[in-house]
Amino acid sequence: MTLKIVVTAKQVIDPETPTSAFGIDSNIVTVPANQAPVVNGFDEQAIEAALRLKEASGDAHVTVLSVGKGFALDIIKKPLAMGVDELVLLDDPAFSNTIDPTVTIAVLAAAINKIGSVDIVLAGRQASDWDNAQVPIGVAEALGWPVATVAKKVDIKDSILRVERVLPDGHEVVEADLPAVVTISNELGTPRYPNMRGIMAARRVQPVVWSAADIGLDLASLKPAFELVSLSKPQSAVETEMITGDDDEDAGRKLAQRLRDERII
Amino acid sequence: MADGNGILVIGEMAGDEPASTTLEALAAGRSLLLSLPGEKLSVVLAGASTTAAGAIAIAHGAETAYTAESSSFADPAPEAMVAVAEEAVRLASPRIVLGSKTILGRDVMPRLAFRLGTALAQDCTAVDIDNAKHLLATRPVYGGNAVATIACVSDIAVAALRAKSVDAAQPDLSRTGEVVALTIDIASTIRVRSIERVEQTSEGIRLEDARVVVSGGRGLGGPDAFTELDKLATLLGGAVGASRAACDAGWVPSSYQVGLTGKTVTPELYIAVGISGASQHMAGCSNSRTIVAINKDTGANIFKDARFGVAGDWQKVFPAFMEHLKVLLG
Repeated sequence: MTLKIVVTAKQVIDPETPTSAFGIDSNIVTVPANQAPVVNGFDEQAIEAALRLKEASGDAHVTVLSVGKGFALDIIKKPLAMGVDELVLLDDPAFSNTIDPTVTIAVLAAAINKIGSVDIVLAGRQASDWDNAQVPIGVAEALGWPVATVAKKVDIKDSILRVERVLPDGHEVVEADLPAVVTISNELGTPRYPNMRGIMAARRVQPVVWSAADIGLDLASLKPAFELVSLSKPQSAVETEMITGDDDEDAGRKLAQRLRDERII
Repeated sequence: MADGNGILVIGEMAGDEPASTTLEALAAGRSLLLSLPGEKLSVVLAGASTTAAGAIAIAHGAETAYTAESSSFADPAPEAMVAVAEEAVRLASPRIVLGSKTILGRDVMPRLAFRLGTALAQDCTAVDIDNAKHLLATRPVYGGNAVATIACVSDIAVAALRAKSVDAAQPDLSRTGEVVALTIDIASTIRVRSIERVEQTSEGIRLEDARVVVSGGRGLGGPDAFTELDKLATLLGGAVGASRAACDAGWVPSSYQVGLTGKTVTPELYIAVGISGASQHMAGCSNSRTIVAINKDTGANIFKDARFGVAGDWQKVFPAFMEHLKVLLG
């Protein structure tokens, strides 16, 4: 039986974008057009986990789902170049409000149900824009599936899921029956780079696009959880004293002296 | 909006006492109640032994402590804690549920929010109540490049506080309250089975407990530099930390990681060497009393949060800094 894997992936502002490039316009975070978005880093690791599972099983199909509005096609197609089988964009003006996880959870759950007989859903542990770490857990709840979070290793043997979860001082091994949701952490390892053949193949594949109607979702029936009140630039409360000297060594010595003078050390 | 049923704190235990994050949530709950006159604060605690913890939570402001006591609740599985929390919500029917963004809270709070028909206001650094008696949650977003305030407009609001965002109150032992024991069968709720836990033993002082933390990042260029950081940490009786970049590069184990996806540290002194100060990292150390940064990039973000900074080559600055400290410390 083909192992059916779904990976959820989000297009986000590149977290490496310099702070000076961030702006706020009408309660929306903006960056200049030349700052290309990226696939959320933890989601790339989830794609890597899916591809490893596919290689281990020998018979698997990996679908990447992404919810949003206004996808940068060359960016969001990266999972195809990495080697996934199919990309489905859940693209609808109604999905653009990403501050409310309620909507994203409902959309992903409906899409996973539409795909049908999915064995496992993999997702990044959190997205680098709002760092909510919430949607994958909500999707598991919506589907009624177990969820194992912050995984660094994922195996499936005889339809039993085995996950190594990262803990602050070690790890925990957990097991669950499939279907299940697993969130992936960076300790899994670096995601593979697309090779030239993958990039060329991805160019020829067009993503499948589903709207709210396509997945049979009546968004009006969803009660919003949040309303955005304000979005602002953070204020730094610290006044920084930059210490200089004749050279770097001298600055180092003066730093030590300052810390001593202030009785910090 | 459910009227007048107050606030429920989803508590956590540290040994037989409420965790510090739970005391912080109780303090946050008490200040929110100033805007909700006549309403009550309750807490739910699950552990192997909860008698002392219930009393402590009451001294910290809870009117009711719901306790689930069983050996199976020692270090509870997330699914068990969700079941306990759901039962407490059923009994207390609060308008606001407050938890903490801890290892356990990270798994429990989103599930609880979903089951209560809402979403979780995650990682809040401040909470307030607006005129419509909605919970207002303030939190850093976009890697600290923006701060968002959201109104929780569901019938019930669920929020998780970032550790050390709110100061715990002094206990008032004269306070009285009721303790309600919960009986919950969790056997049927556990679907994620814990097979084994592997502890990585680390020598010396725990990073989270250290008075001084010396942290290194990508700017160090390789694993050998951490030997130097280790010498300073030893000199100052502290511990060594690292940015995610340094951990991902394999220079140090992931248990060294300080940041949003690593550990949260609040030492007296945090010395950041070769760390750019992405907010992912700052989320784990910004509540340190004094931050000192050494970085070659004068525009590095870390200097914004640092009390003292040296813009220079760490390979020159750091050894001279350490040698002079040795002289000063005699």
